[in-house]
Amino acid sequence: MPLIDLANPSRFLTLAGRILPWLVAVTTLVLAVGLYQSAIAPDDYQQGATVKIMFIHVPNAWLSMFVWGVMSVAALGTLVWRHPLADVAAKTAAPIGAAFTFLALLTGSLWGRPMWGTYWEWDARLTSVLILFLMYLGLMALWRAVEDPSRAARAAAVLTLVGSVNIPIIKFSVDWWNTLHQPASVVRMGGSTLDRSFLIPLAVMAIGFTLLFLTLHIAAMRNEILRRRVRTLQMLQASKSVA
Amino acid sequence: MTALAAVIRRDVRVALRVGGGALIGVLFFLTVVVLMPFAVGPDLALLKKLGPAILWLGALLASLLTLDRLFTADHDDGSLDLIVMGRTPLELVCAAKALAHWLAVGLPLVAATPVLGLLLNLDAVATGAVALTLLAGTPALTFTGMVGAALAVVLRRGGLLLSVLVLPLSIPVLIFGVAASNAAISGPSPFGTPFSILCALSLASLVIGPFAAAASLRHGLD
Repeated sequence: MPLIDLANPSRFLTLAGRILPWLVAVTTLVLAVGLYQSAIAPDDYQQGATVKIMFIHVPNAWLSMFVWGVMSVAALGTLVWRHPLADVAAKTAAPIGAAFTFLALLTGSLWGRPMWGTYWEWDARLTSVLILFLMYLGLMALWRAVEDPSRAARAAAVLTLVGSVNIPIIKFSVDWWNTLHQPASVVRMGGSTLDRSFLIPLAVMAIGFTLLFLTLHIAAMRNEILRRRVRTLQMLQASKSVA
Repeated sequence: MTALAAVIRRDVRVALRVGGGALIGVLFFLTVVVLMPFAVGPDLALLKKLGPAILWLGALLASLLTLDRLFTADHDDGSLDLIVMGRTPLELVCAAKALAHWLAVGLPLVAATPVLGLLLNLDAVATGAVALTLLAGTPALTFTGMVGAALAVVLRRGGLLLSVLVLPLSIPVLIFGVAASNAAISGPSPFGTPFSILCALSLASLVIGPFAAAASLRHGLD
């Protein structure tokens, strides 16, 4: 189905209403399976049970970047194709992405306390995720600074695209900054060295969280469309009562 | 080409005259650097160690706080609308305006660095290194900041929002600027690598900044 069919918000609402119950069911199922598998996964020989924080932490960290990618595509949709739903998608993705990023930071911090002995370490990864979080908050502030949604959409779209160029640069520079100043004392999780007993629950959790994002995003988009309709109706009402 | 040269000449002239406020940036830079010893103590050895970082932070803040001058005056008197509708490509005009802004605001910061280096007990090599990295890095600050300035003028409320949007984008410049200065002063690591990356960041922002700023002006002002 081409995206242009979804340009009509009513059609999108119908489709969202049809998809959402199924999506919720599948998300719940996958997350339940993932959580169960994470719970029965063996303890790490060094980290003990705290390694299970990873099953929450890594999907959140992955989504913190994935959501910015979704917003970048939506920003292109706003600026290039003028797709009517693109700015709704971009606007509603920002708070969800910020929440995932915050959870990644929070779980990382809680994991860091027993492992590194500190809640915060100026580790390259933590730092770049923190900067990503700041950029999400800045973007949300930008959305809230303008009343007219379509103007806010175009301003936010430019910032999102600039951010998507800049985020890899920031990530690279922070990596460089940290490795220069600190010897490799920080515990780093090597992705390829992960055992299968950890890898499978992690993959299931990653899929589950991605589904969770899809569910939340579609629901938030539906709410945003309805909110805009309510606003339009209220404006109409107000102008009628004046006239 | 003559149109762009005219834009540059006009902007520099406006910035240097009464009400232009180009030199307020240098004054702010001086004030921030003078404040630092009050915060960390008059320990000359410590100040020498922190010197490059202090100078870079001061220059970053000074160039950030002068950014809203880039478009607001033109927006207030309506000439920005003429520029947007004009025949000269908006991207090129944005680049020219940012270049003029850098000449009026960024270059004085670089020129002031040797004097401020004395205050922070930096020797000649260290001062030269910081000035050189600032010369290479401040264009990146101006050209990435221009995107924020364009967004702020479109939204009609710059100020804090502009800072919040622009500061995260300037982190790489800060990292490599301070790293290159420190490498030249004390570090065992070579000066060339971070300095080349700093130049690369400036060149990249020279390309990306005008396009993003022009896009937000064009989409925002109509």
